[in-house]
Amino acid sequence: MTGAAAAPRRIELKAERDIAAARSAVSRACDELQASALRKVRFVTAVSEIARNALEHGGGGTLEISASRAPRRIAVLCHDNGPGILDIDQAMRDGFTTAGSMGKGLGGARRLVDRFEIRNRPEGGVEVRMSSQV
Amino acid sequence: MKNALQTVLALLGEDYDSILQAWLETQKAEGVRRPDLFSDRESRRQLGDILRGLGEGISRSDLSEGIALDADSWTDLRATLDEVTQERVERGVSPSEMATFILAMKQPVFARLRERLAADPTRLIEEITQFSRVVDALAMHTNEHFIEARDQVIERQRAEMMELSTPVVQLWDRVLTIPLIGTLDSMRAQEVMENLLNAIVEHSAEVVIVDITGVRVVDTQVAQHLLRTAAAVRLMGAEAIISGISPKIAQTMVELGVDVGEVTTRPTIRAALAHAFRRVGFSIEKVENARG
Repeated sequence: MTGAAAAPRRIELKAERDIAAARSAVSRACDELQASALRKVRFVTAVSEIARNALEHGGGGTLEISASRAPRRIAVLCHDNGPGILDIDQAMRDGFTTAGSMGKGLGGARRLVDRFEIRNRPEGGVEVRMSSQV
Repeated sequence: MKNALQTVLALLGEDYDSILQAWLETQKAEGVRRPDLFSDRESRRQLGDILRGLGEGISRSDLSEGIALDADSWTDLRATLDEVTQERVERGVSPSEMATFILAMKQPVFARLRERLAADPTRLIEEITQFSRVVDALAMHTNEHFIEARDQVIERQRAEMMELSTPVVQLWDRVLTIPLIGTLDSMRAQEVMENLLNAIVEHSAEVVIVDITGVRVVDTQVAQHLLRTAAAVRLMGAEAIISGISPKIAQTMVELGVDVGEVTTRPTIRAALAHAFRRVGFSIEKVENARG
């Protein structure tokens, strides 16, 4: 048991404004943990990237936020409803994009957090887990 | 059998005033009358309209097949309900209050049915069941309309906010600024770009300061919108300065791998303004013996 943990929060990602909702929910969770401003911005930015990825390439998905107090960590689990990623290594590489965007979202997100895992789920869709000490 | 609700129909005709009064009393008892928002006269008018529409609807429909509120026979009542819901939503009534407002109609009608049909319990149960279903359908319809109306309000406010939130301000001759606040989604980015480019033409601007002090998160998409805006500004022959990049945002942008290229950036709007003045050939001087 790692101290009192807040209940995980879920956000359905269906439209662009849900990305903003995801950002503010994660931002609130960071505030509750009294995260430093820099760590908060880094994590929230990473969440913004993976949420947008789920929405644009996965046709929408779900983001779950969980927090623990000792040690102070914040974590998210994001999965989408899409066809999955053909070549994950390629998708993580900077500059690779199928959407006309910068192609730095996933790689950038990985650099912004402590732990980053991405995989195709056996039942379909992409799953990203990220966590950081805040 | 003529109508499954013939007793209710008769009651609505003969006992209209007292039902309306009792309905109002029930609303008062349930705390949904809201005298703070609606005068007695307004409330009576709303209830009267609904009761009249209800009577018409019942007399014109065949209830043996269940209640289909979207049928033609209910058109008037639907319109009345939508109107009343609209009026109440706009003054800030909650969805559950609105449902209770409608459901409070049951008690006075039930009480009168009990008196009238005391000798015919089968008929009594039938009418109570039927009438209950009708009123439930009304409450449901109200709720759906309520959500719809609220969505419209939110959408309208969103549109208004969007317009308000992208004001282009002329700071000096040929110097413009656009302070961005909150989130910069694709729709707003488009709006910002359009407003800005039009303003450049209108004011013959040479320098444009895009201030992101109020933007909390710059992810790759926001960065891309900003850089595209800067590129379009450059195509118009002006220079774009992105100001208000905090140390946190700067570090995050570097980790993301965002390269701002040749776009001028400044940490504060003040530094950006100093740059802009030099660029358009003005200087700021301290005046000795200045009087307030």
